[in-house]
Amino acid sequence: MDFILTLIYLIASITYILGLKMLGHPKTARRGNLIAAFGMGIAIIGTIFIYPKEVPMHIYTLIGIAILIGTVIGWLVAKKVAMTKMPELVSIFNGMGGASAALIALIEFHHYQGQTLSIVTILAGLIIGSVSFSGSMIAWGKLNGTLKKPIRIPKYNIINNLFFIALVAFAGFIAYQGIDSQLYLYVLFVGALAYGILFVLPIGGADMPVVISLLNSFTGLAAALGGFLYGNMVMLTGGILVGSAGTILTFAMCDAMNRSLSSVIFGAFGAGTISNESSREIKGNITETTPSDVAILMNYANKVIIVPGYGLAVAQAQHIIHELEELLVKKGVEVKYAIHPVAGRMPGHMNVLLAETNVSYDRLIEMEDVNPEFPNTDVVFVVGANDVVNPAAHNDPSSPIYGMPILEAENAKYIVVNKRSMKPGYAGIENELFYNQKTSMLFGDAKDALGKLVAELKNM
Amino acid sequence: MTEIIEFITEHLQMIYIVILMIFVGVEIIGHVPAVLHTPLMSGANAIHGVVVIGAILVMLGSEPDNILALSLGFVAVLLGTLNVVGGFVVTDRMLEMFKKKK
Repeated sequence: MDFILTLIYLIASITYILGLKMLGHPKTARRGNLIAAFGMGIAIIGTIFIYPKEVPMHIYTLIGIAILIGTVIGWLVAKKVAMTKMPELVSIFNGMGGASAALIALIEFHHYQGQTLSIVTILAGLIIGSVSFSGSMIAWGKLNGTLKKPIRIPKYNIINNLFFIALVAFAGFIAYQGIDSQLYLYVLFVGALAYGILFVLPIGGADMPVVISLLNSFTGLAAALGGFLYGNMVMLTGGILVGSAGTILTFAMCDAMNRSLSSVIFGAFGAGTISNESSREIKGNITETTPSDVAILMNYANKVIIVPGYGLAVAQAQHIIHELEELLVKKGVEVKYAIHPVAGRMPGHMNVLLAETNVSYDRLIEMEDVNPEFPNTDVVFVVGANDVVNPAAHNDPSSPIYGMPILEAENAKYIVVNKRSMKPGYAGIENELFYNQKTSMLFGDAKDALGKLVAELKNM
Repeated sequence: MTEIIEFITEHLQMIYIVILMIFVGVEIIGHVPAVLHTPLMSGANAIHGVVVIGAILVMLGSEPDNILALSLGFVAVLLGTLNVVGGFVVTDRMLEMFKKKK
């Protein structure tokens, strides 16, 4: 029987590798996910039913109930949630995994007394799991707008680092002295939870995807530590795989925003930069326009590029923008979507949202490919996007987003921007593009404004 | 010192796996288009739900009358299952949309 379980774990490990590999290509991604899910399923079933020792019935019942409840809730939540809320959900699920790892450590601590290295493994799992849990919860709060402003206590960098060092030192002390104290264990637990909160609180909402990705790899590491403790191969392979893949993914996301990981964590959007950001006054007037004017402009254009942002998704205007696109194409206008790598709230989030409305895949053009096209574009239509078209990233070294690659919308002949108001974007900075002479502003809710625009176009 | 050497010899196999898996993870993610970053993160998120196996092992191995361990284990299994099921289902939902149009 033991051999069968080993075999199941081996197969499961292979499905994780294959699954992750296939998730990296659009064509195989969905199958990859299902394969990994299958591997997880057999690993869980195998673990329960091929256990070497006699286990009382009530424990089996409890496990069954826990799995049942988790499955029903997880399934319902994942099926019901709106596509715009996807990043929040990933954050919550990540936190659940972290919490699970932390709880395992809490229980097992007492059982491994006297084995220093096992205790080290357990305490490391406790710290990482707890940080991942509380950090993910804060990230979730930030993404859904509950915790709007980054909260920074003075000198938070130093305090956080000292706090972390103290935490590790305390854990080291427990392990080295071989102290079997539940009190100490829970103090460490609470300390780690507090550190997770302190770690994420000062980071701005725009950087949350990076933070979630980082915490994702933390949870992977916590799972791997559990695998090490039990000598359980499938936990080890799955955990390490996610830990290393997640780390690389984190760096890839930072690259897409031209930020370094340390500037995300220790704050290039930090208090210092925010305060001197207003040093550069933007002069000029904004030009307001109407749906009918925009309709005329687009009707006679040869080429229109749409720059969708999170605002579009929030207004649930994906469907109507697709209608606009079809209408223009019918009129012989070339229409493309310019997708910034971090459009939406996560890399690829915008693609998912537009794919939901059946926008053809080959109309979604990535940043590097679309930027050379702006100079021969008649109209750029920016809907609910802001920071990703802000020229300050190119020409204002004092700007917090300086150096971030942007969509060079300012190179087009005309720029139409749809926004609800002149409120700054997620990064909280002004956008001089709106004051450009070529730019006109179409104020209003995206769904509303686009509806009027489509109606006008239909009448032409 | 002897304990560390002992530890390494005893766990050599696992140490090999850790090192190799790190490289596998790095290689796999290497050249993924930004479009797929979100589903990929979500899929990886589901995979670390493998921690639920640890939670199940805790419960299977705990003393039948240790109420504290059993209740903590219960919560750990529940949360781990949430991570696994929710993670895979949400990833599938994202990817479903990519597949639809052709």
